[in-house]
Amino acid sequence: MSWTANDFHIILVGGLCAMACALPGTFLLLRRMSMMGDAISHAVLPGLAIAFLISGSRANIWMFLGAAIAGVLTALFTQWITRFGKVERGAAMGIVFTTLFAVGLVLIRKAADHVDLDAGCVLYGALELTPLNLVTLFENDTYIIEIPRAALVIGATLLFNIIVIALFFKEFTMASFDPSLAETQGFRPRLMHYLLMTMVAVTTVAAFEAVGSIIVIAMLIVPPATAYLLTRKLSVLIAVSLIVAVLSAVLGQVASHLPPLLGLPDTTSSGMIATASGFLFLLAWLFGPEGLIRRNSGELEEPADAR
Amino acid sequence: MRPEHPPEFPLAVHDLTVAYHRKPVLWDVELNIPEGTLAGIVGPNGAGKSTLLKACLDLIPKTSGEALIYGKPYAEQRDLIAYVPQRESVDWDFPVSALDVVTMGTYRKLGWFKRIGPTQKKQALEALEQVGIGHFANRQISQLSGGQQQRVFLARALVQDAQIYFMDEPFAAVDAATEQAIIELLQSLNARGKTVLCVHHDLATVSRYFDHLVLLNMRVVASGPTAETFTRENLQKTYGGKLNLLDDVAQALKNVGRHESP
Repeated sequence: MSWTANDFHIILVGGLCAMACALPGTFLLLRRMSMMGDAISHAVLPGLAIAFLISGSRANIWMFLGAAIAGVLTALFTQWITRFGKVERGAAMGIVFTTLFAVGLVLIRKAADHVDLDAGCVLYGALELTPLNLVTLFENDTYIIEIPRAALVIGATLLFNIIVIALFFKEFTMASFDPSLAETQGFRPRLMHYLLMTMVAVTTVAAFEAVGSIIVIAMLIVPPATAYLLTRKLSVLIAVSLIVAVLSAVLGQVASHLPPLLGLPDTTSSGMIATASGFLFLLAWLFGPEGLIRRNSGELEEPADAR
Repeated sequence: MRPEHPPEFPLAVHDLTVAYHRKPVLWDVELNIPEGTLAGIVGPNGAGKSTLLKACLDLIPKTSGEALIYGKPYAEQRDLIAYVPQRESVDWDFPVSALDVVTMGTYRKLGWFKRIGPTQKKQALEALEQVGIGHFANRQISQLSGGQQQRVFLARALVQDAQIYFMDEPFAAVDAATEQAIIELLQSLNARGKTVLCVHHDLATVSRYFDHLVLLNMRVVASGPTAETFTRENLQKTYGGKLNLLDDVAQALKNVGRHESP
């Protein structure tokens, strides 16, 4: 197995993607609305299509704007249908995102089919193709440092997510844990909710090109869910989910070389990254502090000193 | 300014109606809670007790009417109020410690963006010590018993340093020691001139705990000093013909006056 610059570039993009997703993903998980990530990652499609139709360009700024608006609308519609339609939130989400996704597909096929906004790419991404489009970061006589353009976009998104969460860490935590306290203290939990939804939407779009809208869901949820099995301290939980994100990118890319060596059909890198994160989750579930093996070991816990 | 609701009342509710899907939960509620009272809100399940608190705090929309805090809308008086929601309203598996939860009570004074510092942590720790669980400060909240979780919520209300405390069933499913600790704490707040408003379930302890009573069953059946309000007639009006409950009522009425002399 040969290790090439290509592999490095794929790991760079995949790892940045996974980290950018893990940050908003942690709060989705803690608010018990993980599937909102699924809903938004699909529902941003009409936002992208309409942004393209209006602006006529595929420039990132327009795509992000369209995605952010579509993301907030998804959250808003879900809220409305839950409230006025008397259905539970999961069902409302199902109605909203499938409808919006369908509208998005129709828009792309009908109005934007001639451009490179391809439905297949939106679903599965093209992580292997990202090293084809390189930008030069640094260049002198002896060295040249090039990274995939996708890494710049997703890196900027990661930075945006880090800044937003660092800025609003205590507000996000309170609004997630006890929205009624946040509301009575004047901290606008609904605003925080829509801010989170915007983050999810923007991150999803940034990750689209590389990993597609289905693998994005794995990246949003699996690393935080794995970390949740390992710790109950929020700052540690975020750190662990970032580590799991990077590890799954590395493991996934390494693993993507294995099936051809064994004579099996080729795999995609993004698919293997998702598989690797699932594998890490399995490990945490088996061997974690609350894991299957500890739980069945028969070893007693220290009794909590009750008052 | 409404003459029947002068601004010296910490909480004045005027013509309040709340409905879910056109089904009224509270109907034309008129209420004045006098300053410095330890007031109980009592009524059967589904009487709208929690809804009354939430509507006063703008947590749910009012269909009509208003709630005034010292004569002004709630949005202008947030600093004066601490709210303790029902314990089950939050996820106790959330990855935060007891100290983290109590520190949340300081956020209003801290404001947006500002980081939590040693001052806030110190205040939170003092509040935890005040409710008797200072030694559990760093424990993750899922590892606390129900009574300890309730104490955490209470400590969080304490650090808010409010004038009026809205409490939704603070005595629900707690052990006897915690119940005693909570009532002593509420009484000490009361002694410092704070007003405490408590949704309560247990009729047997009403006359012992509260000096002001609101009997609620969608409408306000009666409201006033406990000694005058806590009568068989009013309780029957509040609870209707629920016979098993009326036995509790009889038991509760026997207790009237028993605990009043020190």
